[in-house]
Amino acid sequence: MTKSPNLVPIALLAWVLAWPLPAGATDPSAPEVRIGSKKFTESVVLGEIALHLTRNAKAGAVHLRELGGTRILWNALLKGEIDIYPEYTGTLRQEIFSGLDIETEEALDRALADRGLRASRPLGFNNTYALGMLPALADRLGVEKISDLVRHPGLKFGFSNEFMDRGDGWPSLRQRYGLPQAEVRGLDHDLAYRGLMGGGIDVIDLYATDAEIAYYGLKVLTDDLRHFPAYDAVYLYRADLAARAPAAAAALLRLEGRIGQAAMAAMNGEVKLKGMAETKVAARFLAKTLGLDVTAPVEGFFARLWRHTVEHLTLVAISLTAAIVLSIPLGVIAARRRKLGQVILGIVGIIQTIPSLALLVFMIPLLGIGGPPAIVALFLYSLLPIVRSTYTGLHDIPLPLRTSAQALGLTPMARLRLVELPMASRAILSGVKTSAVINIGTATLGALIGAGGYGQPILTGIRLDDVNLILEGAVPAALLAIIVQGMFELAERLFVPKGLRLTADN
Amino acid sequence: MLELIDVAKSFGPTRALAPLSLDIQSRRTTVLIGPSGCGKSTLIGLMNGLIRPDQGSVLFDSTAVTAANSALIRRRMGYVIQDGGLFPHLDAGANVTLMARHIGWPKAKVEARLEELADLTRFPKDALARYPVQLSGGQCQRVSLMRGLMLDPEILLLDEPLGALDPMIRAELQTDLKAVFEALNKTVVLVTHDIGEAGFFADVIVLMREGAIVQTGTLRDLVDSPADPFVTRFINAQRAPFDALRGGAQ
Repeated sequence: MTKSPNLVPIALLAWVLAWPLPAGATDPSAPEVRIGSKKFTESVVLGEIALHLTRNAKAGAVHLRELGGTRILWNALLKGEIDIYPEYTGTLRQEIFSGLDIETEEALDRALADRGLRASRPLGFNNTYALGMLPALADRLGVEKISDLVRHPGLKFGFSNEFMDRGDGWPSLRQRYGLPQAEVRGLDHDLAYRGLMGGGIDVIDLYATDAEIAYYGLKVLTDDLRHFPAYDAVYLYRADLAARAPAAAAALLRLEGRIGQAAMAAMNGEVKLKGMAETKVAARFLAKTLGLDVTAPVEGFFARLWRHTVEHLTLVAISLTAAIVLSIPLGVIAARRRKLGQVILGIVGIIQTIPSLALLVFMIPLLGIGGPPAIVALFLYSLLPIVRSTYTGLHDIPLPLRTSAQALGLTPMARLRLVELPMASRAILSGVKTSAVINIGTATLGALIGAGGYGQPILTGIRLDDVNLILEGAVPAALLAIIVQGMFELAERLFVPKGLRLTADN
Repeated sequence: MLELIDVAKSFGPTRALAPLSLDIQSRRTTVLIGPSGCGKSTLIGLMNGLIRPDQGSVLFDSTAVTAANSALIRRRMGYVIQDGGLFPHLDAGANVTLMARHIGWPKAKVEARLEELADLTRFPKDALARYPVQLSGGQCQRVSLMRGLMLDPEILLLDEPLGALDPMIRAELQTDLKAVFEALNKTVVLVTHDIGEAGFFADVIVLMREGAIVQTGTLRDLVDSPADPFVTRFINAQRAPFDALRGGAQ
């Protein structure tokens, strides 16, 4: 005659979504060598090169590609979450060790050794920062070098987000040259070229090996005050790698001095402009330079889509289930204890205001990279809608009905189970639905810290300016949100008692 | 059966009940009456422990009602409120049988009792599967009464049970309710503000004003020997239907 308590089925529903963890980022039988790369093409290519080399040296290896920015990679390396990643000496000096004032190579090696790390000798190219603009505009204004920009305060600057606040980035560049420009915005480096071509931005920061410089025929402004330091590419790796996988470490060092400026720019161009897979570009380079014959299997569309789907569902299902299990009791407590309730609602509200990228980065020192930190972050974001809807649903039960339940002689727990939760079920379910949809969207950011999912093709698509790739992540994510929403509409028929779905006239 | 000894209650700075004592007689219908805010609903709340007294004690069957035992004692008391207080997520039958099922009555016993109560309260059996939102106000009160009687309580507490009904349905339910009281011969406490309703049901009327009992007695006692001019004023304040036709005979 009555529906049994509704807590259990809601939790079960979410559990049904729970997939076993995919192999890779969180596999306990982890491979010997884990390579990381930043989320720009050159780093990914260098990561693929390292992957081929270590595999060729018969070491089990994985490449965690496109892991956000420098801080994420550096912390992951320190923590042993990854063993190798490509870095630049300028970034080490100016950004990572910015307080240490490192002048010489020996001092840099010492600073790394103190942290259990090593760097290869430079790979052979210097990918320093530069500023660039369209040649037509530069000619019209007579801009040749960076100091010429002082005379044109109206120019619009668009810099990569990292450049906006790194030690040798915009703040010190502005000081060094006394640049007066007020309109300066931060944006993704790969989008900056679009802005430049579209005319929304006049000056952008460049990496010296960007393939787009030649492709678009950009004017590179001379760094006449020698502000930018050298950015020699190196592989950073953990000192213990030589002991754990000596062949892999030795293979890696074969690349010292082997990648020239032109070769790197060409590889970047092959990926970004010709649409070749990084792994193929890397394999061709190794064949040409070191005479290595490495196979470069490229994952097919459906295999990739399936992998991203499993990864995404895993992130969502685990974080959402955990959020439901915790949030409903929290909402009940909040509804029953006025003061404590304000504290609970306040805390989950504050969590919601933390920017998602910041939260993901906070998680790295605690949980490393990959699935776990992403799941914890998603879990935290899923709390508020469920806690609040549970609280509201219970709080809105009319006093006479609460009194009636009490007058029947039901104990507080029985009242909750038989009367209050069923009456609040619609509100609770709608909170869970909101959480699920937000969760599915936010989970795309998990790719920034190596959690994979639909965010991965989106990231790659932005990097390569490839709309098809962006859609490969965005469309399934949107579909998943719609499907989940539909499932909750069905769930409402199952879990919300019929009496609450009726209106007076039927 | 039910004794209130020297009980008092304040809500914040407002005194709802001055210290008072009242003995509810077994197998009689006691009606609590008085103007709004006189403390009659507070008094009935004290009886089943929904409201705890600031002082004094409530004895049910010679046992003091406490926070610890009130849940169990309430199962021996039926309770009906204005608008019924039916749970919207349960159909009529499930509302009635909720408590019996919760404490583990066998299904057959639950079904038999439900049928018996539907007959007693003249509630159509085919409407037992309807939800509260699909029932009329009068039907809701019949279901609420069945729910109050389900566990065959020793005492039935009704807090303005007919207050929200229109006059015709109200009169019909008054008749049926009185028939139920007579058939069951239980102890009944009923709160109303309508002196006509009080006279219709009551063996004993308790007239209250500003948190105190003004007079206890039959309607006849109240009319013939009022303890206070307020008693007469209160009784006469309610206009009889034909007053207007008599052209101000008073």
